[in-house]
Amino acid sequence: MSKAGITLATAETSAPPVRLPRRRGIELALILLAVLLSVYGYCAVGLAKNGSVPPGAAGYGAGLGVLALVAHLAVRFRAPWADPLLLPIAVLLNGLGLVLIYRLDLETPHNRAAPTQLVWSTLGVALFIVVILVLRDHRVLQRCTRLCVTAALILLTVPILFPAVNGARIWIRVAGFSIQPGEFAKVLLAVFFAAYLAENRKALTYSGRRVWRLQLPTGRVLGPIVAVWLVSVGVLALERDLGTSLLFFGLFVVLLYVATGKAGWIAVGLLLASLGAVAVGRLEPHVHGRIETWLHPFASIEAGEGPNQLAQSLFAFAEGGLLGTGLGLGHSVLIGFAVKSDFILATAGEELGLAGLCAIFLLYGLLVDRGYRAGLALRDPFGQLLAVGLSSIVALQVFVIAGGVTGLIPLTGMAMPFLAQGGSSVVTNWAIVALLVRLSHSARRRTSGGGRG
Amino acid sequence: MTRYIRHAAAFCALLLVALLVNAARVQLLRAESYRDNPANRRDTIARYHQPRGDILVAGRPVTGSRDTEEHLRYERTYRDGPLYAPVTGFASQEYGTTLLEHTEDAVLSGTDPVLAPLPLWNEFTRSRSAGGDVETTIHPAAQRAAYEGLRSRKGAVAAVEPATGRVLALVSLPSYDPELLSGNGETARTAWQRLNADPDKPLLNRAVRQTYPPGSTFKVVTAAAALEAGVVRDLDEPAGSPDPYVLPGTTTRLTNGTPGCEDASLREAFTLSCNTVFAELGVRTGVRDMAATARAFGFNDEDLRIPFPVARSTFDTTVDRAQLALASIGQYNTRATPLQMAMVAAAVASGGQLREPYLVERTTRANGGTVSSGGSRPVRRAMQPGTALRLQQLMRGVVEKGTGERAAIPGAVVGGKTGTAQHGLGNSGTPYAWFVGWAQDRNDIQPRVAVAVVVEDAAANRREISGGGTAAPIARSVMEAVLDP
Repeated sequence: MSKAGITLATAETSAPPVRLPRRRGIELALILLAVLLSVYGYCAVGLAKNGSVPPGAAGYGAGLGVLALVAHLAVRFRAPWADPLLLPIAVLLNGLGLVLIYRLDLETPHNRAAPTQLVWSTLGVALFIVVILVLRDHRVLQRCTRLCVTAALILLTVPILFPAVNGARIWIRVAGFSIQPGEFAKVLLAVFFAAYLAENRKALTYSGRRVWRLQLPTGRVLGPIVAVWLVSVGVLALERDLGTSLLFFGLFVVLLYVATGKAGWIAVGLLLASLGAVAVGRLEPHVHGRIETWLHPFASIEAGEGPNQLAQSLFAFAEGGLLGTGLGLGHSVLIGFAVKSDFILATAGEELGLAGLCAIFLLYGLLVDRGYRAGLALRDPFGQLLAVGLSSIVALQVFVIAGGVTGLIPLTGMAMPFLAQGGSSVVTNWAIVALLVRLSHSARRRTSGGGRG
Repeated sequence: MTRYIRHAAAFCALLLVALLVNAARVQLLRAESYRDNPANRRDTIARYHQPRGDILVAGRPVTGSRDTEEHLRYERTYRDGPLYAPVTGFASQEYGTTLLEHTEDAVLSGTDPVLAPLPLWNEFTRSRSAGGDVETTIHPAAQRAAYEGLRSRKGAVAAVEPATGRVLALVSLPSYDPELLSGNGETARTAWQRLNADPDKPLLNRAVRQTYPPGSTFKVVTAAAALEAGVVRDLDEPAGSPDPYVLPGTTTRLTNGTPGCEDASLREAFTLSCNTVFAELGVRTGVRDMAATARAFGFNDEDLRIPFPVARSTFDTTVDRAQLALASIGQYNTRATPLQMAMVAAAVASGGQLREPYLVERTTRANGGTVSSGGSRPVRRAMQPGTALRLQQLMRGVVEKGTGERAAIPGAVVGGKTGTAQHGLGNSGTPYAWFVGWAQDRNDIQPRVAVAVVVEDAAANRREISGGGTAAPIARSVMEAVLDP
């Protein structure tokens, strides 16, 4: 235990229990604000494109409002001490995502994605409510580790049996809907990692052989986790979904470090990551191309082949400047393929400008921050690790895709949480937020000294 | 474990900072270079997103814009496209812009900062001003008369107002419809290929971009130089030139098409268009004075813009005496654009003063407010007023009882000079028929129009090609159109 932990522990015993405000009213007000902002964006798009408020504005606002309200009620009754920022941020990001997709739909009249996305968002909120209602205590999850890992592996393997879409075998098609099972696997793997590391972190830290300055844990402890990780990464490499692969790897390293406090794990992680990157970069032409594009985004222009997607994305961001062109007034649709999914952020950057983009990044930052706070306040290692793991999934995912489309790191296909087109991703993110709400409820109820729930 | 969670949180914060810093780099620091990248289509889209300003002739637009509802939204349209093509040029989404569409593009497309209501307004609001209009100096009736006169022939007409330099007509044939090139589709591509492959070069603006040997019309310049240099003092004094004239230093004998040139006076020689007299006069005047006068009329000037550039008309200054003799009758290396020859006539008509020609009367905002006006061009002295007066007499003589009788207009004073220029290897080409002239209404104090016509019609019978026969009637109808109240 760290020093900070000890001080907290002593404070807990000596001070009288502080009754924390539940802040459900603030949450409701913020949700209202989030819904209003989304409706405003929806109207702004219509006004800019057609000169009139879109006919569905009221319905859209009402739908989003009702969904958010039901979610709020679930939280109010089943997780009353939950952090009041989590749900409004999710509502705002999801609402904004729907606005951006609706806006891009106007440019591609034969390929509408917003209605489907709305259905998926509804499903996501429904899942959120179910999780809040059913999962009364997050520690229940600790008991179904095996189930989680089995389900995760199955979900990861299933798409191999389905035909590849755009070079990646990560989709399955059921009844007209494409599902990306790997998205769901993220949460399950986070649960598994958290439970497993919570159980074995002492053994991981203190037992085993010492090689140079690194304390290696025993094979018996480390074996299963490395096996699971290898299988998941191997499957992903076969499916050519490098973004998710990178995400799992990062999640694994972060949780291992948090559980054991061994900086050596980070070193080993980075070493393995660079080895993997070099190997994959050499062997896989697809990945090699991505790195070349990242290093020279305008090479295709100089070669006379016209701008590639990354160049178009950079053009879109540049056009946005500080304040953006305004919703509906940009030309990010020039990016072409994946403009509504992987490159959705370029539309935000062009039409909302650096100001809007920073706001979006800070919303994600706040979401992650709230998750980490829950992790800090919780006392059971499983809860702590789960909160950190889920928050880190969001943080890493945002970094990998946002860094990719802005040219900071090589581009890997991944969905911007809540914003991007993609049903599985939206549903998964709602599940993540639901778990964070549950965790923060446990954390703050504990701090405030009990109560119902 | 709390400490390690804090470390992990710090790591996430670091990622956030990296994203924010990189976003600022892309959207602010590098934005300018990304925006200026030629592969970035946003500028093009914005350019065609609004209707282009119009080019006006006598207050009526000769251009328009059509909403295609495509990605590049507005396409240029033209009223009487072939008639005004030498003025407007084309504005193509695929092949760029030419002539007025090119030089006035900033006003027409709305990017000119002076169109903005306030400085930096467009930069701040990310808007584009509505396209401004360009009012030309073209006289629609004169333009049409020139076009109809040349119809089905190859050639060009340029007419200017001597007192101001306003270009009244600019016609080049064969012409083309610039609207064919407006779009970016298959139509534009086929038209572009066809027009470029056409041996008659319809895209060439012959009135300003093509130089011709001016032939006998250059005798106006030679006469001016001889009078200015004092080589000839009396128009009616016999010049003492032999016929035929042996070019100095050679055995080549220069002859005339008509009798009566031997020892003719300047007036007779001008009326009869005697090659021998003017060749010898040029030699007597000398290359320095000849070149000075030619330059004063605008020859050898590379920088003439009306506002689009005019091809340089040439008078060779590195010539021996035999070459000078030929250059003085508008042959050898002497070449002129039709506009240049109209300027020669205009200088004579306005008493020796030469106004630089211009085509844009004024540019206006979409709401009609004037942005700039093209009037009051620099004036320079091409010759002494007395010389101009005597040249006017000579030119009137040509129309009253010489080779240019077919240019005469009842009730008006008309002066002119015909020319039939030899060209090609061994003069094998069909000669170019020239007429330069000016016309003054009885009630006016000075000529209202100066015109130059060149016809290079290969299809016509060679015998019939002559300045007086072919070019003079076209000039007359143009001048009549201007004088007609």
